[in-house]
Amino acid sequence: MNAITNYFRSLLLWELFVGLKLTGRYFFATKITVQYPEEKTPQSFRFRGLHALRRYANGEERCIACKLCEAVCPALAITIDSAPRDDGTRRTTRYDIDLFKCIYCGFCEEACPVDAIVETRLFEYHFEGREGTVMTKDKLLAMGERYEKQIAADRTHDAPYR
Amino acid sequence: MLEMLQTVWSEIPEILQIVLKIVVIVVPIMLSVAYLTLAERKVIGYIQVRIGPNRVGPLGLLQPIADGLKLVLKEIIIPTNANRFLFLLGPIVALAPVLAAWAVIPFDSNLVLANIDAGLLYILAMTSLGVYGIIIAGWASNSKYAFLGALRSAAQVVSYEIAMGFALVGVLIAAGSLNLREIVLAQQGSVMHWFWLPLLPLFLVYFISGVAETNRAPFDVAEGESEIVAGFHVEYSGIAFALFFLAEYAAMILVSVLTSVMFLGGWLSPFEGVPFLADAFAWVPGIVWLLGKTAVFLFLFLWFRATFPRYRYDQIMRLGWKIFIPITIVWLLVVGAAVLAEIGPWFD
Repeated sequence: MNAITNYFRSLLLWELFVGLKLTGRYFFATKITVQYPEEKTPQSFRFRGLHALRRYANGEERCIACKLCEAVCPALAITIDSAPRDDGTRRTTRYDIDLFKCIYCGFCEEACPVDAIVETRLFEYHFEGREGTVMTKDKLLAMGERYEKQIAADRTHDAPYR
Repeated sequence: MLEMLQTVWSEIPEILQIVLKIVVIVVPIMLSVAYLTLAERKVIGYIQVRIGPNRVGPLGLLQPIADGLKLVLKEIIIPTNANRFLFLLGPIVALAPVLAAWAVIPFDSNLVLANIDAGLLYILAMTSLGVYGIIIAGWASNSKYAFLGALRSAAQVVSYEIAMGFALVGVLIAAGSLNLREIVLAQQGSVMHWFWLPLLPLFLVYFISGVAETNRAPFDVAEGESEIVAGFHVEYSGIAFALFFLAEYAAMILVSVLTSVMFLGGWLSPFEGVPFLADAFAWVPGIVWLLGKTAVFLFLFLWFRATFPRYRYDQIMRLGWKIFIPITIVWLLVVGAAVLAEIGPWFD
């Protein structure tokens, strides 16, 4: 008996109609497409995008060249050189992040004792040549100045969970 | 004004008249092929809960033109050691018969390019010729994937041709004519008089065979990308590839139109025989009904593609030879008996 019902079910394309019914229902379902440049998905305050170096409110750069980020970086993307400044404090003379090596894991940010290196929410950037793929200290500081407001807001937001 | 046009028309030499008529048929077909590609992407997108292309022009309506332009501007690469002549002949042979078959399609009771008596035979001949394009292309490409794809699709098309032919024999018996216009007229009366009801199994077999014949999902082993890359047109690029694309979509439209003509009453209004609606819709030209029915079948093509996974090769052969052919033969006997016994309302 079972064999007979199975035979007729396959002959009458039963399963196929069930499948068609399912896809037919989805045809009328609300579409979930996000129309990217015009619409954007919500972003977390912990989003890890392009890097930046921050400064204190008095304009002094935060980074003290402790090289913890360089040590923790799993992709070896960070290169730091340091030297004493005229006032005797230690500062970086070179702070490079190779963006082709970086995997945006955020360990540098975690390792930093003074919250100097951070990752911003910026993820829409591109290179048009082989130059510019390395973020130099100047570029990183410029990024920090430009996005300081958002960076600070994101840190405050995240502070209770740290 | 109308008389003037008529005199101008009658003064054009006959050969030019025919060419003009062909242009009037072929240009809309090409346009509908272009927009069928957009419709396909939109429908599949909607079924996958996406919205499909919407960037080129309003609602993506210029997308097919952008696609076409891209294909025209691309380079045609001819593989080394490929047979140059056959390689370029392939796409032409694939497209030409599909377009030629439109000559006998009746768009309305008097709107047909060539009202020939052997219309059904002509259709069968033309739809069978398409497979030569595939074989030629697959062989001339000098590539193993193309060759395997061509073999698969040739075997498949030939197998389903038989079931398709038998289904059409059923139509022929029921209508008592090979002329497509006569076949539509034989279905006059009401929706219940159309051949889909007395020939229901043949109707289903014909449409499914049509899907198989055009190498569309779920019968698209000819271009199973997971095993043979893209099948017979793997070596083609630019406008030569575009011709294969056009041929496939034009064949889809052709199969849809043929199914409407043969089983769903062609240009006949679906409200025929219904007391008030028949008069209310009497002003609608027949071609509108034909196009509407065609659109339904085209949507089914797209719906199938979005729903079903590809058949395995042996399953395709089993379905064609062991299921469809027996069904059609049995139903031919039933139809023959019904015609002899003059069972109403179809065969009296």
